[in-house]
Amino acid sequence: MTDLARTPLYDLHDELGAKMVPFAGYEMPVQYPMGVMGEHKHCRAQAGLFDVSHMGQVILRGADAGLALERLVPVNIVGLAEGRQRYGLFTNDAGGIEDDLMIANKGDHLFLVVNAARKAEDLSLLRAGLPGIEIEELTDRALLALQGPGAELALAGLVPDAVPMRFMDVIEAPLMGATAWISRSGYTGEDGFEISVPAHLAEGVARALLAHEAVAPIGLGARDSLRLEAGLCLYGNDIDATTTPVEAGLGWAIQKVRRTGGDRAGGFPGADTILQQLDNGTLRQRVGLLPEGRAPMRGGVALFEAEIGGEAIGHVTSGGFGPTVEAPVAMGYVPTAQATPGTQLYGEVRGKRLPVRVAALPFVEQNFKR
Amino acid sequence: MKYTEEHEWLREEDGVIVVGITEHAAEQLGDVVFVELPEAGTSVSKDDEVVVIESVKAASDILAPIDGEITEVNEALVDNPSLVNDDPLGEAWFFKMTAADSSQMDEMMDEAAYKAFVG
Repeated sequence: MTDLARTPLYDLHDELGAKMVPFAGYEMPVQYPMGVMGEHKHCRAQAGLFDVSHMGQVILRGADAGLALERLVPVNIVGLAEGRQRYGLFTNDAGGIEDDLMIANKGDHLFLVVNAARKAEDLSLLRAGLPGIEIEELTDRALLALQGPGAELALAGLVPDAVPMRFMDVIEAPLMGATAWISRSGYTGEDGFEISVPAHLAEGVARALLAHEAVAPIGLGARDSLRLEAGLCLYGNDIDATTTPVEAGLGWAIQKVRRTGGDRAGGFPGADTILQQLDNGTLRQRVGLLPEGRAPMRGGVALFEAEIGGEAIGHVTSGGFGPTVEAPVAMGYVPTAQATPGTQLYGEVRGKRLPVRVAALPFVEQNFKR
Repeated sequence: MKYTEEHEWLREEDGVIVVGITEHAAEQLGDVVFVELPEAGTSVSKDDEVVVIESVKAASDILAPIDGEITEVNEALVDNPSLVNDDPLGEAWFFKMTAADSSQMDEMMDEAAYKAFVG
């Protein structure tokens, strides 16, 4: 491990008995003594607290910052109301995805949350693509995610203003003498919040939330199985520079105003490819996959049409055991002709082709507060 | 009881060798979600991959600790892989085997040596 960064919650993770692993240049908790399976189920049943301080927090300021950002993302930012947040994608000239991110309109500025492993690339994209816009990377703030059906009640005591928030709302609220930036969103398929606080308050806020009986600390292991069951993409696995938003099933993130015939159609990298695919479809698609046996099919497993013979037609991009589904679950890319839910395919695991069915995503019901 | 550097335990019982993995190994693996067992009657050589275990984190193999023949496998693990975490030294044995040359076990660690080995 060379020069791994630590988040402001490192000492707390250690005290809570976390097993730490290197992730995106940080030493991060992969699990606590409860274990991945227990943490996963606890989050779906009660509430889980995640340290996501490794993610990048970026502020954009300047006249028409939203219009400027639309040059890099195929998303309607101009029409994003103050106090609201939207999922977005940085695209490249080939129509591939450079990163996925959250974009919030906070009135006099935009607040972005980007993947830890893509921070440097995203900042370069922003700096090169948005001349005249002030771009500030916040390195003095921590980010906590509080997820699960018990999240609202656990946060209510600290931040009463969080209670009336709806899915994808963002607010600023006083918290322990400072200002917290809170969004009602997350990466688990459950109701919940992401809470940005000054680094020096992170431990106090985390301890206050963990003091609530419903809240347990959750590591990266369960974060991955939770998002997989929720059908959410992991950058670098399910989406990358070679997959387009349309192939990835993320066309919903491209609002009508940015599509062919819209007032601000195109104007983002790879627009020709992406808009054409929205109109005409793609050769391959990201799908959910349910292995029929008990053997997990992990990222990289090749997919075939038949049990014997033939070339691979696609591959698994993320897979593992789904603790809530109580069975293995996976996602991957297959030709559009084989993308219909129910289609029988075979995944090659340890030299054997095992049956797997294409399935609708998500694998679990979404419990957002709309 | 004997222990290998691969974190298996071996126990002689009614003339056969019962094989499982240690508590330390089970803890390192994390929650076990899948177990694939060999067929009874399979002849194995030391270090053959005979069992596949998948946890929430990754897949790993259990190697044959000695030469011999598999005489019985623990089918209960296929239906209930979490037994490996709950009772690694007891109910979650993986297979029973005969030893072609029981002297292969002479050099294995005893409990004290294994404890020192895992620190």
